[in-house]
Amino acid sequence: MPAVSKGDGMRGLAVFISDIRNCKSKEAEIKRINKELANIRSKFKGDKALDGYSKKKYVCKLLFIFLLGHDIDFGHMEAVNLLSSNKYTEKQIGYLFISVLVNSNSELIRLINNAIKNDLASRNPTFMCLALHCIANVGSREMGEAFAADIPRILVAGDSMDSVKQSAALCLLRLYKASPDLVPMGEWTARVVHLLNDQHMGVVTAAVSLITCLCKKNPDDFKTCVSLAVSRLSRIVSSASTDLQDYTYYFVPAPWLSVKLLRLLQCYPPPEDAAVKGRLVECLETVLNKAQEPPKSKKVQHSNAKNAILFETISLIIHYDSEPNLLVRACNQLGQFLQHRETNLRYLALESMCTLASSEFSHEAVKTHIDTVINALKTERDVSVRQRAADLLYAMCDRSNAKQIVSEMLRYLETADYAIREEIVLKVAILAEKYAVDYSWYVDTILNLIRIAGDYVSEEVWYRVLQIVTNRDDVQGYAAKTVFEALQAPACHENMVKVGGYILGEFGNLIAGDPRSSPPVQFSLLHSKFHLCSVATRALLLSTYIKFINLFPETKATIQGVLRAGSQLRNADVELQQRAVEYLTLSSVASTDVLATVLEEMPPFPERESSILAKLKRKKGPGAGSALDDGRRDPSSNDINGGMEPTPSTVSTPSPSADLLGLRAAPPPAAPPASAGAGNLLVDVFDGPAAQPSLGPTPEEAFLSPGPEDIGPPIPEADELLNKFVCKNNGVLFENQLLQIGVKSEFRQNLGRMYLFYGNKTSVQFQNFSPTVVHPGDLQTHILSGPAQPPASPRRPSSPWGSRLTQLAVQTKRVAAQVDGGAQVQQVLNIECLRDFLTPPLLSVRFRYGGAPQALTLKLPVTINKFFQPTEMAAQDFFQRWKQLSLPQQEAQKIFKANHPMDAEVTKAKLLGFGSALLDNVDPNPENFVGAGIIQTKALQVGCLLRLEPNAQAQMYRLTLRTSKEPVSRHLCELLAQQF
Amino acid sequence: MMRFMLLFSRQGKLRLQKWYLATSDKERKKMVRELMQVVLARKPKMCSFLEWRDLKVVYKRYASLYFCCAIEGQDNELITLELIHRYVELLDKYFGSVCELDIIFNFEKAYFILDEFLMGGDVQDTSKKSVLKAIEQADLLQEDESPRSVLEEMGLA
Repeated sequence: MPAVSKGDGMRGLAVFISDIRNCKSKEAEIKRINKELANIRSKFKGDKALDGYSKKKYVCKLLFIFLLGHDIDFGHMEAVNLLSSNKYTEKQIGYLFISVLVNSNSELIRLINNAIKNDLASRNPTFMCLALHCIANVGSREMGEAFAADIPRILVAGDSMDSVKQSAALCLLRLYKASPDLVPMGEWTARVVHLLNDQHMGVVTAAVSLITCLCKKNPDDFKTCVSLAVSRLSRIVSSASTDLQDYTYYFVPAPWLSVKLLRLLQCYPPPEDAAVKGRLVECLETVLNKAQEPPKSKKVQHSNAKNAILFETISLIIHYDSEPNLLVRACNQLGQFLQHRETNLRYLALESMCTLASSEFSHEAVKTHIDTVINALKTERDVSVRQRAADLLYAMCDRSNAKQIVSEMLRYLETADYAIREEIVLKVAILAEKYAVDYSWYVDTILNLIRIAGDYVSEEVWYRVLQIVTNRDDVQGYAAKTVFEALQAPACHENMVKVGGYILGEFGNLIAGDPRSSPPVQFSLLHSKFHLCSVATRALLLSTYIKFINLFPETKATIQGVLRAGSQLRNADVELQQRAVEYLTLSSVASTDVLATVLEEMPPFPERESSILAKLKRKKGPGAGSALDDGRRDPSSNDINGGMEPTPSTVSTPSPSADLLGLRAAPPPAAPPASAGAGNLLVDVFDGPAAQPSLGPTPEEAFLSPGPEDIGPPIPEADELLNKFVCKNNGVLFENQLLQIGVKSEFRQNLGRMYLFYGNKTSVQFQNFSPTVVHPGDLQTHILSGPAQPPASPRRPSSPWGSRLTQLAVQTKRVAAQVDGGAQVQQVLNIECLRDFLTPPLLSVRFRYGGAPQALTLKLPVTINKFFQPTEMAAQDFFQRWKQLSLPQQEAQKIFKANHPMDAEVTKAKLLGFGSALLDNVDPNPENFVGAGIIQTKALQVGCLLRLEPNAQAQMYRLTLRTSKEPVSRHLCELLAQQF
Repeated sequence: MMRFMLLFSRQGKLRLQKWYLATSDKERKKMVRELMQVVLARKPKMCSFLEWRDLKVVYKRYASLYFCCAIEGQDNELITLELIHRYVELLDKYFGSVCELDIIFNFEKAYFILDEFLMGGDVQDTSKKSVLKAIEQADLLQEDESPRSVLEEMGLA
């Protein structure tokens, strides 16, 4: 088809393009372009009306200039004229200009709406397609308002041409994505679903994309698409390679359609209908089988298309996460790809295995590939592939292989690309902490990190090691000894000095017995680094010195000498000077007892989410959480690594809103006034001659006061209020003299919508009214297993949709900043459960009432059981499943006293409200209650069985929960037990 | 959904750009510059996929021209790679063994072909026949017009 000069080749355009290509320099090119722009401008402005051809030519030239990277700020009107022309070529160029150049917010959209309307109504399929393309391309809200109602009609009209239907489907999809509220769902939904049966493969291809998007928001309305998609897929998969004629691509039947259908199926749980499910499993098996067959062509296109389907199939298998046999087969298939000569396949296999690693059925199978993956980390020449290998190692890590993986990652770090070093450092730090069996290994690992990649060890990492050492007395001596040795290296990283300074200041006494690390030796070792360090580190070391005076009175004279030196007392840096002056005075004025009180060892830190984890999450989505938010793999890890009791906070303990150690630039381990008495004493001490402003808040500490985006801990009654909503969805969540908060919510599958009603009970307007929702993400509950803690790091932006790490995506709309007296405002929350979660999101309400700021944090009544789908089953099935979940960690049981009268009907209502189905005739004892349901999350589903045995005589209950995920069992048991 | 598609030469000259989400001019330029740099720095045997910002980039080089697509996290990389290939095949069929110059001088045709194939960042039709038939029909419409417009100009219509 020699079509280059088909139709009317625009000679002027070709000449212009040649001119530009012949320009010898950038300057010449710009000159030529400016000349042309001036020419076009004058033509457009000229008195003589331009004919269509010239307009078209000039608009094309403008397009070309735009492509070269220049801004175009005129010509739009001419393009609009062209677009309204009756001549196809002019129309086409007009549309092209608009779709390439115009942003969705352009004023011009309004001008072209009329022309588009005409074209849509023209019944000329070519014109209609052009118009649909343009709408889709601009995709703005204005476009939606103008056309969203027409397009479904065109899509399902019996007389629409296939090509028009295709364009209409994708156009509607685009509008729906841009503004879902504008696309009316109606009687046409059923007909859209039936497009899956259309004769024309192109129509099906376009329609599947539309349905995939629509069904995510309205899963029930589109439910029938599952069986249609399965049968369509099955027909394709089993067809011979030539059956589908032009839709066969390099001997692979309809690869695009297959991939899209498999994608669609990932919006739903496995089909409930046994026949449909059987057919689907057969399809999936066929795809896996075909992967083993010899290729029908040597062309890379053949294998790519085939493998595109294979990878999508594996994604679906992982999504279902319920067919152990298929999961293991998928894993084996990916294992083969890990050694494939095609880099692309190795990359994708590593990526896909990462998700497979978090399934309990395939975790072990994934682990068998550890050597290959380590090898990939060492030998792959492409950094993006190495990155995937590192991600996978992180995902497959558990207690059994942690040492090996951590040591490999450490080794890799020495040669790793700069771009990914920090991430590897974070991952190593997290794995080392999570899977530490003995903490000396943990300390060694972190010190190695600092040694190998000190520059990339962020403060979160070294704060964390200090926190852990402080909280665990079994490792303090070892830590002191190890840092002491590490500091002896002639050149050590400043982070090492910081960690060393802090640890020796706290625990240097534990190694002071050894003459090789006697107090004077420790001091002179630290002080030898002093002058090379930054201000922050020097400030920290000064605090270490004053701690030394307390720990080792024999060093007092030397240290006072150092503090007294002019370089300290008159240091240009205010912080250093202040510390030197205050510490010097403290050491000379205070008695030993006072010193011992003031400079006491730091109390244990309250436990909360590792801020390293938070940092990794901020830094990088994929893979970061997969290994961690998943307590299943290592049930014991909770006890060992998270056993630190949260301590009641003392004066010196940073508030929960503070960052990790509550320290920013310079962590002063000194001077925690342990009691009020000590505090007063300090004031006296500094009343002395060398008086300086007393140990008031330093500039750093100002950081720690809660900022506007910080959220305070939930009010004490928050848990009680939350419990009221476990079995019901509507009611009053909170009420005081000022404010009433009502809740109405509904949940379906893994989605929920909640309406919050804020009522102003006063007659005065609330100002700056701002309710916000954050989900602390309960990653920390898995790692540290503390009882429900206040949010660790509320500074994280509230969860975006679709992030792989969040367990719950909550989308909120802003509400008006003023609430009039007596008025009520409503806020809608859209909630999507991405994976199982344990802690509810927090709702923080702030406003000003009569000039006084008010703040209130509540727990949002969203608990995991809201995503329950009741499941009916017969006794036999129930017992079979009950037996399948027989591992001790899958069961949670609680025996407790009844808090309410034991009424069978009330109990039933509560269990139904909880979300499970009630099964009759299952338990031989009719007094007992038995229930079943599935918790729907986007990532996986958790089947739950429960049994409640009341004992009326003893006024006790026994509640037993069995689910496939240990934390879920425990959590549900806790939640439900409080209801009776 | 595909976010955008870029065609650029080994020398870093942009030949075609198609954006499926409204993006400001400034942002577009920045993204193009950044992405070209990343892709051009890669060696021949490296894999065709990379993570870039929050997107996945799939690219392939045909002679002197790079075809580069940015897709979203859940999209299938391999099928996107073949989507590029199918587009190249369509160009090849239309122009008759296509080369970079064809695309430079007939960029508007390259756009029309792309538009028949992809819409709103999604595959509209994968059949080579359907797409080419649509383009052919459009070309026929064009030819029909030409004589008529001459007649019109002479005031005879």
